[in-house]
Amino acid sequence: MTFIYPTESNKAHPLPLSPDYKSSIKRAPNKPLIPMRHTLSELTGPVYGHETVREGDNDLTTQHSGEPIGERIIVHGHVRDEDGRGVPNSLVEIWQANSCGRYVHVRDQHPAPLDPNFTGAGRTVSDAAGYYRFVTIKPGAYPWGNHHNAWRPAHIHLSVFGHSFVTRLVTQMYFPNDPLFPFDPIFNSVPDEKARARMVSSFDLENTQPEWALCYRFDIVLRGKNATPMENH
Amino acid sequence: MQDNVKDSGITPSQTVGPFFKYGLTPNGEYAWNDAFTNSTLTPDVSGDRIRIEGRVFDGDGVVVPDVMLEIWQADAQGRFADPQDKRALPNASFRGFARCGTDKDGNYSFDTIKPGVVPDPDGKPQAPHIVLAVFGRGMLRHLYTRIYFSDEAGNADDPVLALVPADRRATLTAVREADRAVYRLDLRLQGDHETVFFDM
Repeated sequence: MTFIYPTESNKAHPLPLSPDYKSSIKRAPNKPLIPMRHTLSELTGPVYGHETVREGDNDLTTQHSGEPIGERIIVHGHVRDEDGRGVPNSLVEIWQANSCGRYVHVRDQHPAPLDPNFTGAGRTVSDAAGYYRFVTIKPGAYPWGNHHNAWRPAHIHLSVFGHSFVTRLVTQMYFPNDPLFPFDPIFNSVPDEKARARMVSSFDLENTQPEWALCYRFDIVLRGKNATPMENH
Repeated sequence: MQDNVKDSGITPSQTVGPFFKYGLTPNGEYAWNDAFTNSTLTPDVSGDRIRIEGRVFDGDGVVVPDVMLEIWQADAQGRFADPQDKRALPNASFRGFARCGTDKDGNYSFDTIKPGVVPDPDGKPQAPHIVLAVFGRGMLRHLYTRIYFSDEAGNADDPVLALVPADRRATLTAVREADRAVYRLDLRLQGDHETVFFDM
């Protein structure tokens, strides 16, 4: 059985059943996944949504009439594959809580203020080198009901399309040195320490803009297509 | 975490969480959500127009109101709207991708066309199918499955269905309703009739 994208790469992912994350207990498959070869259906993927991305959709601080409350930040980086090649023309969508740790969502009842000038969603398309950039507000930590005194580390959700449907990725970007890391079952659902570290952005002083915004770098690494597709036998 | 523990693997997946709707799925807070709908239909598309409907259940048989489904499929001629597929696309605006969130009762639906036959890596025909990715709260990584169609004779020879134990193939087969072009397929994340998910 052969694959075009290495399945070995998938070892970086969380274990589907991570009992400390209680919601996974009734939603993770109990039966083993069935291995299959990639066919054209898996090796192709959508190039879609790009045409409706407008200038400014990657700046979450200018979507409303006033300035959002909180710490303005720049988040940028490259979408690459695991061989280091930039992934151009990749749609990157983000969503996040506001600076108080509150989502614009009817089911988020955390008693923290909503910000009329921040709704927390943005999107952009990576350039020819795979580079992307957002301006946003640093999200706050927020409590959730998973366990006693459970708080999510500050994070930004990201959704990325690569070159194919098997490189599809939804992940969360975290901030360096967050004291909540040891206590968060979602962050710790990734067993490998080095893989967990890849979800943590780096403070980027060089691209921090004086008098305006701190900058964080977050490179998103997708599975890499084998340079020479293997013959299938 | 310091840079010196970083290395070259891929970025791990994390759950979409419960609060993705305003950022990703149709009818959220943002005008741009019209970028993604639960329809692949375009004015010039050829082929049989169909609707796929179903519900999503967890391991307790309870409906799941906060998953997002994405479909990816070939056109009626079995061709993908992807630059890697070099065959000419007769339906220039057909994109083959759609996204849907479940509602409070766990319902999802897609309006699309019946896809054509796509070859497998050996060049053998695959039965018409749609690739489906399932994202949700409680799901740390999205799951891949396929939608096949109950009225396709080619299912019997499909190389991917052949990998699936016979008694589980029904979990991948959308059943056509008697009097209209609607196929029903429920997804079960867990349990006795758990949907088949693929490792790829």
